[in-house]
Parts: sequence; C-alpha cells; structure tokens
Amino acid sequence: MTAVIDTRAVRIAGVSRTFGSGPHRVQALDDVSFDARPGEFVCLLGASGCGKSTLLGILAGIDRPSSGMVDVGGRRVGMMFQDSALLPWLTAGGNIALPMKIRGVPRADRRVRVDELLTMVRLAGLADKRPHELSGGMRQRVSLARTFAQEADILCMDEPFGALDAMTRDLLHDELERIWRETGVTVLFVTHDVREAVRLGDRIVLLSSRPGRVAEIFDVGIDRPRRIDAPDVAALAATITARLRAEVSRHGH
Amino acid sequence: MATDTTIGPDTLRGPATTTSTDAALAGLDALETVAAPGRPLALRMWSATWPKLAAVAIFLLLWQIVVWTGWKPTYVLPGPDEALPELGHRVVSGDFWAAFARTMQRAFVGYALAVLIGAVVGLAVSRFALLRTAVGSFITALQTMPSIVWFPLAILLFRLTEGAILFVVVLGAAPSVANGVISGIDYVPPLLTRLGQTMGARGLKLYRLVVAPAALPSVVAGLKQGWAFAWRSLMAGELLVIVPGHPSIGSDLENSRQFLEATGVIASMLTIFAIGVLVDAAFNTVDRRMRARRGLLPEQSG
Repeated sequence: MTAVIDTRAVRIAGVSRTFGSGPHRVQALDDVSFDARPGEFVCLLGASGCGKSTLLGILAGIDRPSSGMVDVGGRRVGMMFQDSALLPWLTAGGNIALPMKIRGVPRADRRVRVDELLTMVRLAGLADKRPHELSGGMRQRVSLARTFAQEADILCMDEPFGALDAMTRDLLHDELERIWRETGVTVLFVTHDVREAVRLGDRIVLLSSRPGRVAEIFDVGIDRPRRIDAPDVAALAATITARLRAEVSRHGH
Repeated sequence: MATDTTIGPDTLRGPATTTSTDAALAGLDALETVAAPGRPLALRMWSATWPKLAAVAIFLLLWQIVVWTGWKPTYVLPGPDEALPELGHRVVSGDFWAAFARTMQRAFVGYALAVLIGAVVGLAVSRFALLRTAVGSFITALQTMPSIVWFPLAILLFRLTEGAILFVVVLGAAPSVANGVISGIDYVPPLLTRLGQTMGARGLKLYRLVVAPAALPSVVAGLKQGWAFAWRSLMAGELLVIVPGHPSIGSDLENSRQFLEATGVIASMLTIFAIGVLVDAAFNTVDRRMRARRGLLPEQSG
C-alpha cells in the first residue's frame, strides 16, 4: 500500500499513437494528457478522427500507445460499444454472464449476479430474451449490465447512445446517471453530441481531430440532476459547440 | 478493488423507487417489444408439408405422362406404377437393408473423417497467413475437381477395396468443410472479437466463447455442402469400385443396369434421392433452429 492516496483513477500522460510507417503513417493521437478522479464522469468530445476509439482501445488494454503512458492503478476497465454488440446466439442473461464466464465465476454465482444486474437496468425477468426480441434501448441496457458484469472500476463508453432515438436516449441518460451515482464508478464517456456531454459530464475533454489532441478541458459546474433542455446546459453547450466548430473548420482547407 | 462496484442489495430495489423515468422507460419497453402471435404446430407442419407433397405429385404425373406418350418402351423407361411397387418390394427385403447399412456406414465414416480433416485444415489456414497464401486457393481448386477423376489413382493405390472409396469420399468432402470454417472465421465481425478481448478472453477461450459461435452459420453451410460432395463421391465410388461380397446401394444400381432391369435402376435412384432429401431436411432443421435463435428468420424481421 502506498502512503500517498492517489486522487486519480485514470492518468493519461503524453499518449501518442501512430499506425503504419513511411508515407502511409497516420497519427491517431498526439500527446494526449488528462486525468480522471475516482468516481468522476468525464466526457470525451470530438468530431470524426479524434482518435477516441484508439484511446479507448489503449485504456481497455487491447492496444498500446506508441509513446506516453496510461495508468489506471490496477483498476479493471470495462468497455461498452455504440452498437450494443450483444452476441446474437446468447440470451440477454447469457450475454451478461459472459464476462463472468471468461473470468471463471461459478455458474450459481453468475446467475445471482445476472439477476441483480438485470434489476439494476430495470429489465428484471428478461434474462431469457434473445437480443433480437429487445428494442434498441433495451439492448443498450443489457450491454450496460454486461459492462458492469466485468466488475469494472472504470467504465469506457464509446458513443453508447448514438444510435438511439431522442426520447430513449433521454431516459437512458437518467438511468446511466442513477447507476453511476449508485455504483461510484469512474466513467469515460465518448460522444460527439455536445449537449449529451454537458448533460452527463463532470468535466468535458474536447479533442481536436487528425491527430487527436486535447483542445480544451471544460468543467461543468451545473447541479445534478440536469435536464438536457435546461438553459444552463444549453448555454454551456453553445460555448463548447463554437469551440468545436472552430476546431473542425481548420480541416476544411 | 472490484468489490467497489458491486451493487449492494439495498440499491437494487429498482422499481420500488418509482419515478417518471421508470414509468416512461417501462412504457417504451412495452411499446417496442411486440410478441408475434405463434401459430399452432399442426398448422405450421401442414404449411411446410403440402407444397412438398404437391411437388412430388406433379413430378410423378409428368413422369407418367412421358411414359404414356410411348417415347420409350416400358422395359427401358417404366412408369411410377411399376417402379414404386418395385421399391416397395425391396424395402421389405433384408438385402435392401444390408446394402443400405453398408452405404450409410461408408458415408458416415468418410464424412466424419472429412469433417475432422477439414476442420483442422480450415482452422490452420485461417490462423496462419503464410499457410493461407500457400494453400488457400488450392482448397477451392481441390473442391471443384470432380471426384470421379480421383478414382483411377484410388484404385491403383487401394485396389477394389473399401479404402479406395473412403479415400475419394474424404477428398471430396474435406475441402468444403475447410472452406466453411475459413470463411466463417474470416467473417466474424471485428467488433465481437474486440469485445471478447476487452472482457479478457484470449486464445482458446476467445475461440470457444466468441469466434466459434460467431462462425457457426458458415461452418454449418460448409458441413452441408461437404455432405453433398461426400454423397456424390460415394455414389460414384459405389458404381466404379464394386468390392466383392460387399453389396451397397450403388452396386445394386450397377447390377440392375447390367441385368437390364429398368425398374431396379429407377428404384435404386429413388432410394438415393430419398436419402438426399432426408439428410437435407436434417441440415435444414439445424440451420433453421440456429437462425431462429439469432433472429434471422424472415418472419422475425419487422
């Protein structure tokens, strides 16, 4: 045990990532640095080509930075994708049980935990449903439950609500906020929707594109619970949108 | 560390804390999941059966019409009125079932061996890029080679024995199985592999829990095609390689031809066709069940 209490759950320091070599070299990330405190909700906001998927891949441990370092202090990182990515041959319960199966959790324990997690995302009793029998919003909640089944302390979410209709997305914002508060996980939430970022985040990391760099970090000092159509949310969103547009228009020439 | 995120039972009451979110979410869920009314089993079976029966009836009628036109004398082309009773006589005889058993045994042993070899080769080729470059295209070339061209070599190698037939059946079926495995693995969505990896699955675990089930539809298609090739090779083999004292469906067919028994020839062919239909039905059942589970049947969309 270290004597110093680490106030950071995630430390990303000078991370760069390049793919290929020579004339085909593509730099996805360039010197990206920011931290997240334990239990903090950080939104990563950026247009196409900001290297967000690369960054999440590095955080999840399936990719390595070309230089720089990522430190999660030995915490477990769970990942949730835009497309719910449920395995179509498994039931909702089977999907949630999968990460536990991979870790070797005994069957009886898996079943108990699946029921708990389904209740958490308000889908109790639907363990035997197949993904195709569920709506888009329900699939994303199963996917969220599955991410929690990884018993992760850090949740990486890659535009998880991007493909949902506005009403469902709005309801799932409430749900995610509730679950985040109840569990105290650290969330890194990637989105290209500025209002969504302001609705959810404690802080917003604005990324520029090609290569991905940290353009600016905003503190969202708005009291929770927030509403996506509240005036102060809209005001901050307008400021950030203006900044994002300025970043994007650099690429037009 | 991991226990930090475990949700205590008191936070899990969920619906007890009814909010407007809760109600709205429940309403949306109810609106968006409409269970399709299931039809009774008897009705489903009938609607699957009658088109087949009608097709058989039309085929028999056309056949009978050709016979009635007098295009060929009936001792060369007998009608269904002669061939079907002949088949009926055979089915109740012990000789028929001995020949049937021999043929099916050859088919299953050859097919099982082909599946084993095809799976191993398919896995190896999909895994190692060098191997794919080296032999990947040869597998398809091998598959397109008519099985009959293998027989001269097979007979030289094994003479008129069971071995010669087995050799050709395996060569006929294994490439299809291998190709099914290769394309199955090639077409696994990268997202699913990435998903498995972020959950910590590596190596064999990743294959067992994610890659293999994702590749299954294509593998089943390969198995089905492999069976078709095995069956063709086997029939060619039984006509050409008549192992003394080992009667089979193919050797019965060849015998009937040599004794100019047209009804016997047609009865044997009907048997071969019927086996094809039954095996196809078995594969279709497996395929349909797999698609139903994954929500891929036409009646499940929309």
